[in-house]
Amino acid sequence: MYRNLSIKQKQIVWAWAFLAIPVLFYGVIRFYPTGNAILISFQNWNLLGSRTWAGAENYIKLFRDPVFWKVFQNTFVYLLLGTPISLLISFVVAYHLDQLRFMHGFLRMLYFLPFMTSAVAMAWVWRWFYQPVPIGLFNNFLASVGIPQIEFLRSTTNALPSVLAPAVWAGLGFQIIIFMAGLRSIPRSYYEAARIDGVSTWTILWEITLPLLKPTIVFIVVFSSIGFLRIFDHVFNMTTNDPGGPLNSTEPLVLMIYDTAFNGFDMGYAAAQTVVLFVVLLIVSLLQLRILRDR
Amino acid sequence: MAYAQDIRPTTSAALATQAPKKSANMGQIIRWLVLFAGGIVMVMPIAYMLSTSLKWPHEVYNVNLIPAEPTLENYAYVLEDGRFFGWFINSLIIATATTVSNILFDSLVGYTLCKFRFPGRYIIFIAILSTLMIPTEMLVIPWYLMSQQFGWLDSYWGIMFPGMMTAFGTFLMKQFFETVPDDFIEAARIDGLNELQIWWTVAMPLVKPALAALAIFVFLGNWTAFIWPLIVTNSVEMYTLPVGLSSFGDEADVAWELIMTGAAISTLPTLVVFLIFQRFIIRGVVMAGLKG
Repeated sequence: MYRNLSIKQKQIVWAWAFLAIPVLFYGVIRFYPTGNAILISFQNWNLLGSRTWAGAENYIKLFRDPVFWKVFQNTFVYLLLGTPISLLISFVVAYHLDQLRFMHGFLRMLYFLPFMTSAVAMAWVWRWFYQPVPIGLFNNFLASVGIPQIEFLRSTTNALPSVLAPAVWAGLGFQIIIFMAGLRSIPRSYYEAARIDGVSTWTILWEITLPLLKPTIVFIVVFSSIGFLRIFDHVFNMTTNDPGGPLNSTEPLVLMIYDTAFNGFDMGYAAAQTVVLFVVLLIVSLLQLRILRDR
Repeated sequence: MAYAQDIRPTTSAALATQAPKKSANMGQIIRWLVLFAGGIVMVMPIAYMLSTSLKWPHEVYNVNLIPAEPTLENYAYVLEDGRFFGWFINSLIIATATTVSNILFDSLVGYTLCKFRFPGRYIIFIAILSTLMIPTEMLVIPWYLMSQQFGWLDSYWGIMFPGMMTAFGTFLMKQFFETVPDDFIEAARIDGLNELQIWWTVAMPLVKPALAALAIFVFLGNWTAFIWPLIVTNSVEMYTLPVGLSSFGDEADVAWELIMTGAAISTLPTLVVFLIFQRFIIRGVVMAGLKG
């Protein structure tokens, strides 16, 4: 039968043969669970009992839950601190590193290495740094120069930035590499023309480099924002004694989801939280694409 | 005469540029030193992790970076304990299997979407691409229920199945198959190769750099993956390295030199791979970042 098919028809048969397993995979492992998550968010279910219809109950409960609003706020603090800080540092490093030739590869390696580490392993290292005297490196250092101790992870105000720092640190290398690739793709002739006209370095940066770097900036902003909105590994592993603590001061949305689903077994409520996360991610990325593209 | 003419402009040009060049060099030196200092700060946590893993317990709380009497005792202790070794093997198996699966399936799908014309092509492409918008966290609960129903909890397959294919990898490969000329494929068809052979023997070798980039990303991603393995594993034997490392929990009763050794064991493989294939990996990151 196959022999009688035209070349075009044979191609169709091959294409669908190649796609059979992947289509099944995406259907069962991606699309069905997405629908299922949305469905569960409208149900009450504690894993053992039966699933009962709850309507919008989970969402109403969520919007009345003061913990949720605290968590929502924390998630945006991660985003609003993390994205600009990492964007600024990575751009400044990339901009200067791009203009150096001497041991360029070596310097690049130093900045990129943290990207190759695992969040859990590094969370332990940073936790150790943050411990009080006589354990923690930072406080030992402060003590040796006579500066008062800082409570990092045990203070409700300092804990969130302390957890954020290793997350920013680990992501910098990737952003620097992407920025440098972006800088390389700007034609040399623009700079030469500007130099002949006697334009200052500062003006070149603002009038040529940054505008031409816009696609790269958009990519990094969207990419890192999604990362900070989904922060979990660092928080969970640096506040293991009381995940999200002290007093929920570091708890992000994903940690609340994990806690509700796998410690509280309130699957419907947790699913509603995941739907909220999805909507937040969607709105934030679309807004950023809109704003950054227009300008 | 000609000789003198040649010399004059060169020397005057040299004189004119000498002064600013010197200050530019000064600027370059400062720039280098500042960036170098920043780079040292960046690797400090890694350096301290390695240094502490080589220290005796009594020296752990000293701030010095270089151990007074370096020892491999911690490594021997941690590996003899057996748990870390098991987690290491688990992580290795899982990361390797998912990498192989992604290399095969992402490229097969990317190739099909790029080189075949068939009804449904556009819909499939958009459908796969749209899964990029769905955060993993949203799928975790249904995946857990699924694993519970099918008995996948606490097994290798249970840890691996969500990552066997990725939309990101598919899209990356599709972009790269665009660079393979259609003539090559046509020629192979005329030579009587079937489509599977053409994909594997003609197209795949031409996109090797992209495959390498994909492999690095998938491997690193699965090696460090945390939330899903944490959810799906129950028994200590099935933990991956990150989950095992996280399970030590409370810092009050932790032996820091042993924890640092564990952290080093889970970090060293990726660091070593990076140091060996540095140029290659950085090119891969750029490719994956800009095209994917």
